[in-house]
Amino acid sequence: MLKTLRQIASIGIVTEPAPASDEQLRLIRRLNAAIEARLARALTIRHVDAGSCNACELELHALNNPLYNLEGLNVRFVASPRHADLLLVTGPVSRNMELALLRTYEAVPDPKLVVAAGQCACTGGIFGESYASCGPLSRVIPVDVNVPGCPPTPRHLMQGILAALTTPSSAARS
Amino acid sequence: MPLAQWLKRAQSLPGTPGACVLRADASEYLQLARDAAASGARLLSLWAADESAYAAYLTDGGVLVAQLQNLRAPTGGAPLPGLAELFPVAARLERALFDLSGLRSSDPDERPWLWHGAWRRDWSPLGDAPEPEAAHGSPATGGAQYPFVRVEGEGVHEIAVGPVHAGIIEPGHFRFSVVGEKVLRLEEHLGYVHKGIERRFGQLALLEGHRLAARVSGDSAVAFSWAYAQALEGMSGVAVPARALSLRALMLELERIANHLGDLGALGNDAGFAFGLSQFLRLKEHVLRATEAAFGQRYLLDALVPGGIARDLTLAGEEALALEMRRLTHELPRLRIIYDEHAGLRDRFEGAGVLSPQLARRLGVLGLAARASGQALDLRADLPWPPYDELAPRKCVRAEGDVASRVALRFDELAESCRLVSALLERLPSGAHRAELAAPAAGALGIGLIEGWRGPALIALHAGQEGRIARCHPHDPSWQNWPALEHAIIGNIVPDFPLINKSFNLSYSGVDL
Repeated sequence: MLKTLRQIASIGIVTEPAPASDEQLRLIRRLNAAIEARLARALTIRHVDAGSCNACELELHALNNPLYNLEGLNVRFVASPRHADLLLVTGPVSRNMELALLRTYEAVPDPKLVVAAGQCACTGGIFGESYASCGPLSRVIPVDVNVPGCPPTPRHLMQGILAALTTPSSAARS
Repeated sequence: MPLAQWLKRAQSLPGTPGACVLRADASEYLQLARDAAASGARLLSLWAADESAYAAYLTDGGVLVAQLQNLRAPTGGAPLPGLAELFPVAARLERALFDLSGLRSSDPDERPWLWHGAWRRDWSPLGDAPEPEAAHGSPATGGAQYPFVRVEGEGVHEIAVGPVHAGIIEPGHFRFSVVGEKVLRLEEHLGYVHKGIERRFGQLALLEGHRLAARVSGDSAVAFSWAYAQALEGMSGVAVPARALSLRALMLELERIANHLGDLGALGNDAGFAFGLSQFLRLKEHVLRATEAAFGQRYLLDALVPGGIARDLTLAGEEALALEMRRLTHELPRLRIIYDEHAGLRDRFEGAGVLSPQLARRLGVLGLAARASGQALDLRADLPWPPYDELAPRKCVRAEGDVASRVALRFDELAESCRLVSALLERLPSGAHRAELAAPAAGALGIGLIEGWRGPALIALHAGQEGRIARCHPHDPSWQNWPALEHAIIGNIVPDFPLINKSFNLSYSGVDL
């Protein structure tokens, strides 16, 4: 126990306090403000891998490391789509996942936001459209924001989530 | 007859050291499988191309490929002799082979594996017939109708989990048969992320296939893109510069370090120790940032190219990596003591999800999971390819086969990978980081085999006309290891499944393709 406490004390808080001129700090402030305005302090995300190569998932995990500390911004990944405000989908939609994705989408209560995360969800990526892949996510469900990148960096993902909260199209739909 | 007799007949193949091919008829194909099993060889993979089926074995001397020719000729009965009794992994490989190539084996389990009803059953994605008109608006429902094996008896009930899981994780279906909390049987049903990778390879040029290979399983991007490059470079006869080979090994070890760090954090978290997740994900993020400083990418999906690497390492990149290795070497022993001494973690890790050495051997388990169950298999030491032939990597092995061994093995391998990265940095050859290569002649077959962090990543590459890919078959060790998870969970309680599953950390994308 003592060693654990010593480790915690010696590492301290590593969550990045970006300098005032930094884009990341502005991003965090804007994200907080948008969550406050739209959702009363917390945003919940349900992630669905609809055919990804699993690189996008690595970056989604990184969002919760102590340097990005997404949970510290009141953004949380939840287990049930019924608890979610936002559906974040990775991968070109494989035909074998299409039904499970549609059911998850239907289970998210309205008004709901959808982020297509990664090149494959945006355009079909390197896998494209085929007998096994539907291609871009927007073919299957309505998408609010596309976040390209292979995989998108944690910062790009944070920006994408912010964009979903602030785009007029999503406001109109809700 | 002993395997050595067969090897005399075999012709050597370009790519990984020691690879060779042997042309066989159906009875020889079966006899060779029996002799391979008797000699302790492992079946790596099965695939079909042109009119032939191919079985790749991992022997003491390298990869031995058995080529069964003239399959389309009428034989009256299943064209492919089933190998599942000799090599359990063959059962699912043969089911996938039928789903994609339309070749039926003589093994009894004929349930679909990758086919969930998304395309016409009489059309083979890897056959010659053109792709039928896409059936949009009618999603595949075959996943829900899959005929699982039922367990009967008083008090037995089923728990169905997936394909969408409660977390940031790939999709797949797990069917548990339980009594109370205790698992009697687990049956996996995968194929949900099948996105047509093998057919897609056939639409690419040989010189661009490495990008798709890197995305077979994104967490093993270096392993698969290197295996692809190894097969292609062997066929084209190019000499890859020594600097590029050293930097590839550096990348492969960085990939191992990043994944092991992430797994150790997640394993602590799954046992209720959030401290572990924070600490290890912090270290992993630092490694990813150093990797980006060194190679311009956090995950190295496009860092390796045929003939070498995309971007040379600068002095600043070297320093960033050296700094991270010092940080890890300093911090990992401290964290290991904390994990080792934590009573709660030990209670959850020790004796959970045991895969005995006997069973690991019988199932042909590969890579990290095999080494945690007493199987001393590591291609970096057993069949070293350059530059590993000069690095003398230390093989790490544990005997117990429980979650605790898979945790301990990751700590052991982290220390060794840090040593290898530092050694590579210290004596990095100078010179070019990339060589030009020409596309190989049509009809050639090359084999790439690289020990990634999860285990051996195999690429079988058939060169086509005009620099195109005729056929490319990637094989992830998860094929061998998923069935082992079904055994390791038996007798454990359902709440321990996430922990046991994580301790194996198998790829879904890598086997669904």
